[in-house]
Amino acid sequence: MSLATFDHPLAKYIRPSAKSTANCPGCGNGILAQGILQAIDELGLSLDDFVFVSGIGCSAWIPSPSFFADVLHTTHGRPIAFATGIKAAMPGKHVMVVSGDGDLTAIGGNHLIHAARRNIAMTVVCVNNGIYGMTGGQVAPTTPLGLSTVTTPFGNAENPFDICRLVEGAGASFIARWTTYQPRQIVKTMKKAIQKKGFAFVEVVSQCPVEFGRKTGMGNSVQMMEHYKQNSVAIAKAKTLSAEELLGKIVVGEFLDTDKPELIETMAKVRAKAMASAK
Amino acid sequence: MANSAVLTGRHFMMGNFACAEGALAAGCRFAAGYPITPATEVAERLAERLPAVGGTFLQMEDEIASMAAIIGASWGGMKTLTATSGPGVSLMLENIGFAVGTETPCVIVNVMRGGPTTGIPTVELQGDVIQVRRGSHGDYQIIALAPSSVQECFDYTVEAFNLAERFRTPVFVLTDAFLGHMREELLIPEPAAIPIADRRLFPKGVDTESLPGFLDEDVAPMPVFGLGHKAHVTSSCHDAYGRRNVVDASALDVFIKKLHNKIESHRDEIVRVTQDVDGAETILVSYGSIFRCAQAVVEAGRAQGLNLGWLKLGTLWPFADKEIRAVAERAKRLIVLENNLGQLFHYVQAAAAGLAPVSFLPPRVLGEMHEIADVLAAVKEVRA
Repeated sequence: MSLATFDHPLAKYIRPSAKSTANCPGCGNGILAQGILQAIDELGLSLDDFVFVSGIGCSAWIPSPSFFADVLHTTHGRPIAFATGIKAAMPGKHVMVVSGDGDLTAIGGNHLIHAARRNIAMTVVCVNNGIYGMTGGQVAPTTPLGLSTVTTPFGNAENPFDICRLVEGAGASFIARWTTYQPRQIVKTMKKAIQKKGFAFVEVVSQCPVEFGRKTGMGNSVQMMEHYKQNSVAIAKAKTLSAEELLGKIVVGEFLDTDKPELIETMAKVRAKAMASAK
Repeated sequence: MANSAVLTGRHFMMGNFACAEGALAAGCRFAAGYPITPATEVAERLAERLPAVGGTFLQMEDEIASMAAIIGASWGGMKTLTATSGPGVSLMLENIGFAVGTETPCVIVNVMRGGPTTGIPTVELQGDVIQVRRGSHGDYQIIALAPSSVQECFDYTVEAFNLAERFRTPVFVLTDAFLGHMREELLIPEPAAIPIADRRLFPKGVDTESLPGFLDEDVAPMPVFGLGHKAHVTSSCHDAYGRRNVVDASALDVFIKKLHNKIESHRDEIVRVTQDVDGAETILVSYGSIFRCAQAVVEAGRAQGLNLGWLKLGTLWPFADKEIRAVAERAKRLIVLENNLGQLFHYVQAAAAGLAPVSFLPPRVLGEMHEIADVLAAVKEVRA
């Protein structure tokens, strides 16, 4: 087989007309796109079993337009609200939201916590690059304290969100965090998240070498992934460390996998009750 | 509560409930909303009625999410509605533009209240007429219907769904606090007597790579989700296949004009005007609840020997410019009655330009109805 005829094993999932990517060289999006598709492939599911929903920002380009599936590319911050309507109309489909930390936790923070509270069955993948990449490197609710960005030229004065703890407090039933340095773990976790009957949240800390690495001094893609490798701490290990020791570390792993009443299923019961009592 | 979607029969019902019943009769099976006076009863009625007919009502965290959810559910193949008032519309407008750009059928009931800003929630004002036309950014067309009775709250909501399905676009039903809370007779016909339109669907087994699903002036079939169409739906500038193009100004030109012409080229199918103008010198132009005043004024004026007629705009958008022009050609003058400081007045004036003078008359106190005596005095004044 010559290289010219070699097809990537996941190429069958890519929209034929999607010939290019909006992502910069070294972006973490590719690792995550592969992780999602690999998980779907290993589960033996078809992309026709899914509806993908994305917001606004670089990570929205993971499913849109590349995945050869039903994709709704929505307004900034609102993908989870759109996805809620989709799931209600199509309970049999897997609904997956792929978006960024700015989209999901700043402008869209309200929808994130309320969808988690409702425990509606959907997978929300949050690509956390700690910055607004598409607009040129502005501070985000996830940017570490003290870091210089184009809108915090003298250092970020605000504390960042711990998004996983946020959605845990809000009521999600599956929560995990990995970095792009852990692609195999991403696939494993993604498979669980997709199968979860409830609100499943996967945060992936991902490198933006152009707007984050270059401007904050974190370096290029390789240097940033090296940083993830050195600073990732497993949940069990993190429990043995003090707050000072955890400073600057990225706690990775599956934080929560629990079962609780799911919205769409509960609504179906409500409907059955209403239909039975109606005359 | 009944498990029949169509409550055929004679009712004494408030306008907000009539809108909800119109939605159910039209086939709406998903609604999302957020509480707001004076529109809440639409949501309350649907929350009670939808589950019993197999539907879903979700109370969302805000109006932004409500609008997003009904768009999502529409792509899931359902007929969908949200109901709100002006402040809610202000929050929904970005996603209403999204619905226009992605050609998503859905219905928004706006029970108008006193504004600007938080204003007075329980007082009616026809204050959002321009907001619904131009409120979302960019250039686009919208359809808006304005009922003037509880019966029309039902009929026009059914019609709004039919237009939304026919033209794959968001459609407004503009009622107000007066109509929403007013109770009067409502006759709901047999289901077979209610005309129902359904969106044209993408052919089975075809994906959007091989057949265009967007930007057809005659309305493209909708590649709804879940049927293997693999639709790429984006509100960013795209081509007829849904492929994003944010590079070429010429693509934007096509994107804007196709969406615009989809409504504009079918305006004769959409625009609804009723009139009683034969031989009348002075025509009162109005819509919504204020039409009730105009009709009463014409009756009272005729009894006094005044040569009056009325023209009622059933649709506010697209604007009935042609119909106004036709009336202005024969009449001596037009008076626009609105419960605001002059919103459609300027459009009527432009349509009648060079044919007949157009004057404007708000009620003495904004938020109240016109007094018959006030309007008759104004008619006599403009005649003099």
